[in-house]
Order: sequence, then structure tokens, then C-alpha cells
Amino acid sequence: MYFLAAEGGESTHNPIIPLWQEIVVGSVAFAVLCFVLMKFVFPRMEQTFQARVDAIEGGIKRAEAAQAEANQLLEQYRAQLAEARTDAAKIRDDARADAEGIRQDILAKAREESDRVIQAGKDALAAERATIVRELRAEVGTIAVDLASKIVGESLTDEARRKGTVDRFLSGLESTGAR
Amino acid sequence: MFGQANVLAAGQAAFPPTVEDFYLPSILPWGAHDSYWFTKITAMVWIAVGVLIIFFLASYRNPQLVPTKKQWFAESIYGFVRNNIAVDMIGHAGVRFAPYFTTLFCFVLLTNAFAIIPFFQISPNSHIAFPAILAIISYVLFNYIGIKQHGFVKYFKNSLIPPAPWYILPLLIPIELFSTFIVRPFSLAVRLFANMFAGHMLLLVFTLGGFAMLSANTWLAPVSVLSWVMTIALTFLEFLVIVLQAYVFTVLTASYVQGALAEEH
Repeated sequence: MYFLAAEGGESTHNPIIPLWQEIVVGSVAFAVLCFVLMKFVFPRMEQTFQARVDAIEGGIKRAEAAQAEANQLLEQYRAQLAEARTDAAKIRDDARADAEGIRQDILAKAREESDRVIQAGKDALAAERATIVRELRAEVGTIAVDLASKIVGESLTDEARRKGTVDRFLSGLESTGAR
Repeated sequence: MFGQANVLAAGQAAFPPTVEDFYLPSILPWGAHDSYWFTKITAMVWIAVGVLIIFFLASYRNPQLVPTKKQWFAESIYGFVRNNIAVDMIGHAGVRFAPYFTTLFCFVLLTNAFAIIPFFQISPNSHIAFPAILAIISYVLFNYIGIKQHGFVKYFKNSLIPPAPWYILPLLIPIELFSTFIVRPFSLAVRLFANMFAGHMLLLVFTLGGFAMLSANTWLAPVSVLSWVMTIALTFLEFLVIVLQAYVFTVLTASYVQGALAEEH
């Protein structure tokens, strides 16, 4: 076929001169290609890219929002915890102060009570002693007069009563005993 | 496309290859030499368009936020052109051009790739018609964007009058006019076309050269083998060129658009 063309020389081609039929075919074919790809394929790719970007950026934004919320909650919990701690410390201090107060009160009351009891004891003792002393004085006088009567042989009772001898003696005794 | 194989098998391949080797007989009507509507070249263009449409529609029929493997692959092609070409060259305003740049990149890459895919083995871009269409679109695109951005007068003022002393302007303005508005579409089209043309020609030379030597003298068989090994090595080189030219075409288009959008010269 080559040699046909070469020998016959019927159609010699110049490679730099385009064939108009090929220009027509090429234009139509390329136009069809451009139409289909540029209308149905690449815009959709661009949309997909955009959707992907949106998805990623949306994900990042959502993550950031969640992070911010978590941080805020954490701050809030921390603040609450600190508040609770100061509250607890205050309550503990109050309780300690209260306990101290109560202890002081009880101590004071107990001391008072003991003082009162001691005082009462002392008073009772003093009263008892006074009574005993009074009784003893009478009895000792009687006994002493009786003894003296037995020794002297006569009743000194009336005389003793008259002269207050016994009382005098006893007072003397008391004063010497007190000395 | 099987005609070549038959010719090769029969050892009748003409050597050296000529420009005519790029103009295969048409498929419909079968074997005609002056009908260009349905040839291997145009069929490959349609196949490229079909494959790209099916691939992208299938992998993006039901896009997920977490992509499947196929969806990820389709997205990374678009993402590459969008981020590494459109946004890198033009900035954030480049995103709106990313769909066209990606379409352009995929189309050029796949049609280029036919140069080394078995049974295709020639790139439609080795016919200048296809690079020319793409270059014209780029040309119209960047001029349209510039005029829309700045208005007709300001755009041409920006493009043609560089910030230079007045006495040098008579020299600079024709140069700017020539380079921006005349040479650009040609250089864009011819760069791609010439790369693919030369690549195919090189592969033809080494493949057909092997057959030519073999049929000339059996003792040359080792050299034929060497020639075919060279073909394989050049196929790898061709792969590099395919990817690079698709990238360069897209980057240059982006760069022209960037230049048209730019405030100052």
C-alpha cells in the first residue's frame, strides 16, 4: 500500500498541512469529550472535594466545640470542688470551735458543781460540828458536875448552875485548846 | 491496521519509511486512499474519546466521600491537573479552568499513548490536524479570557506593550505581536505534532530497518536484532515523550491563560 502511493504518486501528503476531514472529526470528537467530562464529571469531582473539605472542617469544628465544652465543664467542676472544699473547711472549723465552746461550758459547769458540792459539804460539816460542840458542852458540864458531886459528896448542881463554874472552866479549856 | 503486519511478514516493507506511511488507507470505504472520514486515525480519536468518557463516567457514577479505588484514580488525575497545573500556574482563579485542562491533558495523553500501544502503534497527534484543533482552542481560550478580564484595548495594551523605554517599543511591539498572537498557536501545535511524528518515524525506521537488513542479507540478522532492541529502547523513550508532551501542552495552555489574566505585562 505504501509503494502504491509512492509509485502512483496519486496522493502525496504534506504532513504540515492538516486534512480538513480530520479537523472536522477531531473537533466534533473533542467537543463531545469536553461536553461530557466538563459537564458531568469534573464539576461533581469539585463538589466531592468541597464536600470532603466541609466534612473535615465540620469534624474539626465539632471536635473544637466538644473540647471547649469539656474544658468549660472541667472549669466548672473545679470551681465547684474548690467551693465544696472551702465549705468543708469552714464547717470543720465551726465544728471545732463549737466543740471547744461546749467543752469549756461543760468544764465550767462541772467546776461550779464541784465547788457547790464542796461548799455544801463544808457547811454541813460546820453545822454538824457546832451542834456536836453544843451538845458536848452541855453533856461534859453535866458529867463533870456529876463526877465532882460524887467526889465531893454533895450536889453541886445547883451551885454550879448558879456560879457558872463549869462554863467558865470549859471556856478556859477551849481557849487553851485553841492556842 | 493488520495490513502493516502482513506487509512486514511478507518482507515487502518499503525502506526507508516515508510520510506516506502516516496516511493509512481508509477503513470505510475499505482501502480508499483519498477518503479521510473513517480511517485508523479518526477511529483512534473516537476510541480515545469513548474510553475517556466511559472511564470517567463509570468511576464517577456514584461518588463517595471516602473514594473507591477507581474513584480515587479518576480523582487523582483531576487533582493532579487541578492542583499541579491549574492552581500552580494561575493561582486560585485557575480552578475554574481545571476541567478543561484535565480534559485536554487526558485527551492528549491517551491519543499520544496510542503511539506505543500494540495494534494502534501510531498517534493521531502525528497528524497535525488534531494538535492544531487543540492549539486553536487554547489560542481562542487565552485571548477570550484576556479580553473578558481586561477589556479589548487594555488586554492588547497589556500584551503588546512591555514596560520598556519608549524608544525600544517600536522594536518590542512587533516582537510581542509576533510571539504572542502568531507564533503561539503554531508552536503549540507543531511541538506536539512533531514529537509524535518523529517518534513514530523513529520506531518505523528501526522496525522496518530490521526487516530490510534481514531481507537484504541473512548474515545481517544480528544487526536486525540490534535494530529491534533499539525499537524497544525507543519505545521507552517514546513513553517519556508521550507523557511529557501531554504535560507540556497543558502547562503551556495554562501559562498562556495565566499571562492573559495577569494584571501587568
